[in-house]
Amino acid sequence: MTDVHGAELAVTVIGPDRTGIVADVAGALALLGANLTDSTMTRLRGHFAMTLICTAPASATEVEAALLPLSADGQLLVTVRDVGPDESAHNGGLPYLLSVHGADRLGIVAAVTRVVADAGGNITDLSTRLVGPLYLLVAEVDLPEGVPGELAERLAQVADELGIEVNLRPAGADVL
Amino acid sequence: MNIEGWDITALGAGRVLPVVTAPEPVLSRVGEAVDPTDPQVVALAADLVATMAVSPGCVGLAAPQVGVGMQLFAVDVTNHPKAATVHGAFVLANAVIVEASRWRPGREGCMSVPDLTGDVKRAGRIVVTGELPGSGRKVTITTDAFEARALQHEIDHCNGLLFLDKVSGAHAIYQRKVYL
Repeated sequence: MTDVHGAELAVTVIGPDRTGIVADVAGALALLGANLTDSTMTRLRGHFAMTLICTAPASATEVEAALLPLSADGQLLVTVRDVGPDESAHNGGLPYLLSVHGADRLGIVAAVTRVVADAGGNITDLSTRLVGPLYLLVAEVDLPEGVPGELAERLAQVADELGIEVNLRPAGADVL
Repeated sequence: MNIEGWDITALGAGRVLPVVTAPEPVLSRVGEAVDPTDPQVVALAADLVATMAVSPGCVGLAAPQVGVGMQLFAVDVTNHPKAATVHGAFVLANAVIVEASRWRPGREGCMSVPDLTGDVKRAGRIVVTGELPGSGRKVTITTDAFEARALQHEIDHCNGLLFLDKVSGAHAIYQRKVYL
């Protein structure tokens, strides 16, 4: 989709971390006249990982070409694609927080998030960490009205099966 | 401020016990209520105080953290810069929060989750009831600021909860960079 600001594009950059990646990405986008809107960057076990949305007076192919020098050394993977504006799938639910922790084993995230999805819950933010033998997941979830009680029971069953701890609670957002 | 009827020296010398870390199952079990006059409970209270004292930066230690699923914990926020009301070093059995207000976010860590810290909303003013090990005397403690946070953290341990169960968002967990 194109508006007065140009197409809305999603850019991902992943690879071994080094100083200056964000500056290089933002610099290349600025040269193109692309406006960086929402972005997130973190390091996942030392790997640089950035996802951003920008509006650009250029096509995805042109932006990808402009970012090509970044991946020239074969270290960073850069992708660019068109996205429609505001693709958030808001289910009209209320915000909840989900904490999961326990001994690391295969399938914790798959099992827990499947139960959330089956209940109509939409995960809006998520982070997981493995520190030593401890696996931890914290998710922000929008849950339709009437769902939380039943979901908490289903999560408790899954937690029992996997030998992990699960805690679902309302995310108290204070509006001041 | 002292807790009336509390004399920590009456506990005797405790042993320094190893601290268990998550995902040790005892940390996720609700602790059993204890008889605060039981000599074994008094000995465990002394052990908690001794273990807390030799652990740098440790302001509280609950029985599940030394592998014992019981409702008993030690707290000492003396000289902590974030503390206001301070009751010194003390141990409480079967503690319950009866009033909580002035909720505020704050960063906390835990000896049983040594690699992470997290932002947790806690009451800045609480009233707690519990029993003193040894005499078994019932006490009501009113406190605030950092001592209130420490008490809530330890009472959570006694109920099988870690700060991980209460963090305020998907990105409110941090890799610990500095160890005391």
